[in-house]
Amino acid sequence: MKKSAVLPLTWMILVYLFLYLPIVVLVVYSFNDSRMVTIWGGWTLKWYGAVVHDQEVISGLILSLKVALATATTSVLLGTLAAFALVRYRRFFGKGLLNFMINIPLVMPTVVIALALLMFFVTVQKALGFPQKGFFTIFIGHTVMAISYAAVVIQSRLKEMDRSIEEAAMDLGARPFQVFMLVTLPTISQALVSAWLLAFSLSLDEVVISAFLSGPGSTTLPVVIFSRARLGLSPTINVVGAITVYLVIIAVAVSSLLMARRERLRAKQAAQALRLDGEPPPSHEFGVGLLTAEGR
Amino acid sequence: MTPASSSDNPFLRIEGITRRFDEVVAVNDIHLDIRRGEIFALLGSSGCGKTTLLRMLGGFETPTSGRILLEGQDITGLPPYERPINMMFQSYALFPHLTVFDNIAFGLKRDGLPKADIAARVEQMLDLVQLKPYAKRKPHQLSGGQQQRVALARSLAKRPKLLLLDEPLAALDKKLRERTQLELVNILRKVGVTCVMVTHDQEEAMTMADRIAVMRDGRFLQLGTPIEIYEHPQSRFIADFIGNVNLFDGKLVTDEPDHCEVQTAEGLFHIGHGISGTLGMELGVALRPEKMMLTEGHHSHPYNAFQATISGRSYMGSYTAYELQLPSQRRVRVTVSNADRHADPFAIGTAVTAHWAPNAPVVIVD
Amino acid sequence: MPDRNDLPAPPRPRKPRRWGRATVIGIPQIWLLAFLLAPFFILLKISVSETDALGIGFDPLVSYVNDVLQVHIRFSAYLALVRDSLYIVTYLSSLWYALLTTVLCLVIGYPFAYFIARAKPTVRPGLLMLVMLPFWTSFLIRIYAWKNLLDINGLINQALLWAGIIHHPLRMMFTEFSFMIGMVYGYIPFMILPLYATLVKLDHRLEEAAADLGATPLKTFWLVTVPLSRSGIVAGSLLVFIPAVGEYVIPELLAGPSTLNIGRVMWNEFFLNLDWQRASAVAIVMIVLILLPIAVFNRYQTRSLESAR
Repeated sequence: MKKSAVLPLTWMILVYLFLYLPIVVLVVYSFNDSRMVTIWGGWTLKWYGAVVHDQEVISGLILSLKVALATATTSVLLGTLAAFALVRYRRFFGKGLLNFMINIPLVMPTVVIALALLMFFVTVQKALGFPQKGFFTIFIGHTVMAISYAAVVIQSRLKEMDRSIEEAAMDLGARPFQVFMLVTLPTISQALVSAWLLAFSLSLDEVVISAFLSGPGSTTLPVVIFSRARLGLSPTINVVGAITVYLVIIAVAVSSLLMARRERLRAKQAAQALRLDGEPPPSHEFGVGLLTAEGR
Repeated sequence: MTPASSSDNPFLRIEGITRRFDEVVAVNDIHLDIRRGEIFALLGSSGCGKTTLLRMLGGFETPTSGRILLEGQDITGLPPYERPINMMFQSYALFPHLTVFDNIAFGLKRDGLPKADIAARVEQMLDLVQLKPYAKRKPHQLSGGQQQRVALARSLAKRPKLLLLDEPLAALDKKLRERTQLELVNILRKVGVTCVMVTHDQEEAMTMADRIAVMRDGRFLQLGTPIEIYEHPQSRFIADFIGNVNLFDGKLVTDEPDHCEVQTAEGLFHIGHGISGTLGMELGVALRPEKMMLTEGHHSHPYNAFQATISGRSYMGSYTAYELQLPSQRRVRVTVSNADRHADPFAIGTAVTAHWAPNAPVVIVD
Repeated sequence: MPDRNDLPAPPRPRKPRRWGRATVIGIPQIWLLAFLLAPFFILLKISVSETDALGIGFDPLVSYVNDVLQVHIRFSAYLALVRDSLYIVTYLSSLWYALLTTVLCLVIGYPFAYFIARAKPTVRPGLLMLVMLPFWTSFLIRIYAWKNLLDINGLINQALLWAGIIHHPLRMMFTEFSFMIGMVYGYIPFMILPLYATLVKLDHRLEEAAADLGATPLKTFWLVTVPLSRSGIVAGSLLVFIPAVGEYVIPELLAGPSTLNIGRVMWNEFFLNLDWQRASAVAIVMIVLILLPIAVFNRYQTRSLESAR
């Protein structure tokens, strides 16, 4: 059934244009030498310079990075436990509840979660005297969101992994904890990295929860940007946006190169096996590394 | 053959093992004694319960009732990592992130053996399966046959008391499978380990096992050596399941201590032993295709012969398989080995007489 | 060499196994109970609380004063929602916009996901990566970037003027149009990914069989492909619709003040009016509205969790 390739191609190009237009605009305008943000006035790097000296942006960035680091690590740890329990344990008391709680943050509007968390912290603070609004509260708020995403990624990998190697490990004398550390973890390691990166970028970008839960002197970068964005157009934001684009492109390029190298190595080794024995290695899908949540 | 241990103290005793999954009974009250050093096969088609039984031996499933005793000790409640039993998985289940060496050494490391001892044992295993040059490779760099050998080496490394094999050759292609069957048996005999294997391939079971249990619906239908099962099937199902067979229904007309006769629609069977049955009882008679001889033309015999016409023919190289059509429209399969290169096979339509010796048919009461 | 396969002493008690399991289950369970579930109950509590005498904090719901057990539940926050038609209209409007967003994402995203799923296996990962790449840059900033484009002096207007297609700049910012562009832009990856995941697993041969039996490509699409990708459609739609109801950032940056959106209302009640009870009440009602879709989503997730066993 040969279909004309025009429709698919046009549609895809249009959608890709739609997705990338704002990004291109950001990058281009970050070099715009003009007081009017949208009127082109020539190329300049002065806005980049301005950002580097912008105290608010820099301190926001540092806080965001700290929170993101803590969030990613904690949510991967907790998310792995939750994913493991949900996938591997057939029945346990509270399984439905855990499953439900993992699913909520995936769909619940962020403002609702943010408000609820704030009310919670205020109540706790009245009763116990801590925590103050700031790093800790923002961290907790982000983690609540990120655990769900991490858990979903890890769940998916746990489900599809070949369980017979876990049984083989047990058969050879490994106790359940050893099985997890020595066999399961290495096998899902890619998914763990994926989940970590996902949680990290979610936290870095999170604005609503951070806005509700931040205290004096503890504003994250997205909150800074958001406040400025509400007031109007600002070249600083273009620069920050452009920088994130550069970072992502570099990261993607590096990881693609690494993966391509790994694939070439594998192909070489497979050919080796073929040569030495005359028997082909059993066919398997070379891990197609996607920068999607599930894939990596 | 190793001398059988006394029946009071078998090497492995499976006592009344049952496994129920909600409504379904996968394994139904199995009793079995296995001798030390024996290679035992559980044979059956998928769903018969053989794999479930094997997994219960390994500790991966818990029996609903019954006990498993290894050298007299009850191991029923022990988890897999506490049993002196190792399993070779159908998918090999090699650890993809470890080298061949580390795969084999895995179980030894769990026991806390000193490094030098581990290395020595792994070398020994690599020698056994002839994979010494591949020690540093990872599973994905090996061929299917090599992976299988690593799996075998890994399962033998700890010198288990009992080795479990789950369809060990299912993943290999036919040529490789035949070669590997004998190799595998050699290695197992050399090591002297007691084995329980699970397979759906009756040729595999016949080639490799000392004793076979044919399983269906969670029960043993017959237990015996390959010869016993092939030559003396106890039911029509077994006769048909193993190899090829022609089955006939008839009535017992004569029953003497040294012979008996069964009258069937296709003719009279005269069998060289008595069966202590009731005259007139309904019986089955099983006659294997290779047990009949063909002569051209129709000759009349009082018993143990058919007159028939060749209705089909397949030349298989080492033997020719004929389909005979009897006057009653019944079709019968006969195989004749091609010992003489120059003899012409019978053409389709030829009239032939098939006859056989009195000890060839098997009487089946089921 | 010692062989370690002598049988151990009688089987050890199963306790170690139970403890391990309890920890694995317990840690995330406790964390989520404390930081996810408890906050919602507190939200509920505050929505019916009375502000205390000092004007900060809240009176307890239940108190025992002079031998009398008193329960103070104040419904005024909820009543205000019902009495003021603006709230009702806003809720409805939010639901409407969320629905519109979902439909638009479906219409645009389904063919897109379909074409990627049908592309050659070697290019597919690359295509998907191109979809995900923007997702890894800041969501906030990308939404903001549309302001650059849609502004009265923005890029699109400049381009159209320069090309002579229009003679006066179009007012695109702070309209329903800009709002919808932002919503679709922000939510379309959530529609594309589940759709792709389902479509890529679809057996091509079913479509070939339909064609073989005489169905036109369009008919095949409607009668075979779409029904079989139902689970992806459901997942994608829920992942878009439910959060879109309470979306705050996009309408705040791109929509006009006349666009009624419950997320913004909630934010304003809290930050501008400092009315915590009312903000909580607004949130609780929002939760109730989306409770049914959430339940559907939860069941869908549970089923896909069980299905792989």
